[in-house]
Amino acid sequence: MVAVPQTNLTTLRKLLVVALMMFGFGFALVPFYQKICEVTGINNLLKADQVSNTQIDTARWLTVEFDANLRSELPWTFRPVEKSVRFHPGELMQVTFELRNDSKRAVTGQAIPSYAPQLAAGYFKKLECFCFTQQTLQPGEVKLMPVVFVIERGLPQDVNTVTLSYTFFEVEGKVRNPG
Amino acid sequence: MEAAHAHAPGHDDHAHHPSGIMRWIQTTNHKDIGTLYLWFSFTMFMVGGVLALMLRVELFQPGLQVWRPEFFNQLTTMHGLIMVFGAIMPAFVGFANWQIPLMIGAPDMAFARMNNWSFWLLPPAALLLVISFFVPGGATAAGWTIYAPLSTQMGPGMDLAIFALHIMGASSIMGSINIVTTILNMRAPGMTLMKMPLFVWTWLITAYLLIAVMPVLAGAITMILTDRHFGTNFFNAAGGGDPVMFQHIFWFFGHPEVYILILPAFGIVSQIIPTFARKPLFGYVSMVYATSSIAILSFIVWAHHMFTTGMPATAQLFFMYATMLIAVPTGVKVFNWIATMWKGSMTFETPMLFSIGFVFVFSMGGFTGLVLAITPVDIQLQDTYYVVAHFHYVLVAGSLFAIFAGAYYWLPKWTGHMYNEVLGKWHFWLSMVFFNITFFPMHFTGLAGMPRRVPDYALQFADFNMISTVGAFGFGLAQLVFLWAVLKCISGGEKAAAQAWEGAEGLEWTVPSPAPYHTFETPPAVK
Repeated sequence: MVAVPQTNLTTLRKLLVVALMMFGFGFALVPFYQKICEVTGINNLLKADQVSNTQIDTARWLTVEFDANLRSELPWTFRPVEKSVRFHPGELMQVTFELRNDSKRAVTGQAIPSYAPQLAAGYFKKLECFCFTQQTLQPGEVKLMPVVFVIERGLPQDVNTVTLSYTFFEVEGKVRNPG
Repeated sequence: MEAAHAHAPGHDDHAHHPSGIMRWIQTTNHKDIGTLYLWFSFTMFMVGGVLALMLRVELFQPGLQVWRPEFFNQLTTMHGLIMVFGAIMPAFVGFANWQIPLMIGAPDMAFARMNNWSFWLLPPAALLLVISFFVPGGATAAGWTIYAPLSTQMGPGMDLAIFALHIMGASSIMGSINIVTTILNMRAPGMTLMKMPLFVWTWLITAYLLIAVMPVLAGAITMILTDRHFGTNFFNAAGGGDPVMFQHIFWFFGHPEVYILILPAFGIVSQIIPTFARKPLFGYVSMVYATSSIAILSFIVWAHHMFTTGMPATAQLFFMYATMLIAVPTGVKVFNWIATMWKGSMTFETPMLFSIGFVFVFSMGGFTGLVLAITPVDIQLQDTYYVVAHFHYVLVAGSLFAIFAGAYYWLPKWTGHMYNEVLGKWHFWLSMVFFNITFFPMHFTGLAGMPRRVPDYALQFADFNMISTVGAFGFGLAQLVFLWAVLKCISGGEKAAAQAWEGAEGLEWTVPSPAPYHTFETPPAVK
């Protein structure tokens, strides 16, 4: 076989470096994406919201309904203590959710909130929530967890009922002591 | 392949190579490897085509008749993966292998051994895809876009698909490095960059795109793999990941990828139209710049695939306008092709028919692309058959028609025989008519709201779907005419001259037909 000329090997090396850099770039997109979401506030599920104007609009009533779900066959019982609350926009509310581990092992889970109607999400500010961190429950443990929230006065007039729904996902590989 | 072997350009006295199957396994000759790529591509085209017909059988009538919905999803996924990575891409690489050294006056590709590797990685990858139908849970059913969280949940078929994509990606990157190096370093003296045939130009740009985005896809599917098996949480919401991020990473690869599938087609058509219009290509320089602009713009439009994921309005506007901007260089190209034909002495041999068909039908696909670029319209049409119609107009009538055009155009050079013009014309007209019968009704069903990737549909779509299915079978059978024409051309026919076409220009027409096993061992002089 004829030896490959040096110029070609140089080009090969340069192009390989580009390919490797682009492979790294694919992974660099992950922190980049998270940073963009953080800066633009698109995806701050795990952070407490800031509330600036807390004037209460006593002329208007809102109902918030609570919904609790489990995923990935979590061996837990999860329910809201209050099924719904009625209050004014701008009013600070506190509700409680109850979580119980029915299994004989310690399990870690993460709750993800969602809202209906979707556009209410922008006005629903949670100051404290069990969904900001992962929750680990020992066998048989029961936890009462508060959620503190405000719905801002800017919520469109035609929305009178908002549903806050939590789904707990098991965080696998976190705690695994079978028994 | 046997027929190809017996009559391949092996008559050359200086050719010393093993015979039989070992010739093909060990070959480092760019012409042999080009032939292998083209046959591989045709085989996968048939496999992907059969999957498509299986889809159309189910969609012939509303209701579930033939396949379980899970299997239907596997069919759509594998049809997409096989056609994109197994049929269209290898076909263009096959053309590149055969033609680029001939067109720039180089004796072979820059890295002949690596060239052999980049081809022989493909059959195992294809095999992985095909056998994934037979593992528990079947093939991956997450769509060719393998969106998380679907792809992080499926059975072992998904792992096989990921491995296959990794291998095919490695093959593409090696092939692209080879092509870039060949074009940059091995041009004949006097062949300046701006004298290169447009096919070489489009491939140079395509190869750069491949080197830039294939590794990003490799990264994305590696993340899926580690999410599936190693407890990472890139796309797992419960672990702090985000499934939407997968779409961003995927389409950062995916949008340049769709231009990878079309730019070499632009190149082929830009070779053929001047030949049969007997005029030099109108606006050569603007063609080069238009191709480069399309390539650069392809990196900043990816999110138009995901307008419905919930994006800030500013982002939607940015991606909408950037996408529409691509119509400008594409319009320049279509204008130049038409201007090349203007007042030319045109004849309508099969390559020219496919090229004109390409310009016509690809433009229609381009226009539906513009419609889909409009954010509010896209939100309505997202994931409907309108999208299916759009991308088949640009991928089948675009890329595939250009591949047929190129095959007929260069077959005389490859085999030494003219193909049968009657068969070629039959192939073109059947393909053109049945293509439109298949895909034109999808515009209507899509506008009326029929969702894609669903085996069942509402009754009002029944008639159009019946028409599509009939068209699909016609289109599929028409491709057997192509196989017949190619086999007939390989095994004999009118002897082709060195310059097989009257109006053809370029170095490849200065060597005899069939092209000898070794060409341009002394570089030709280019004026």
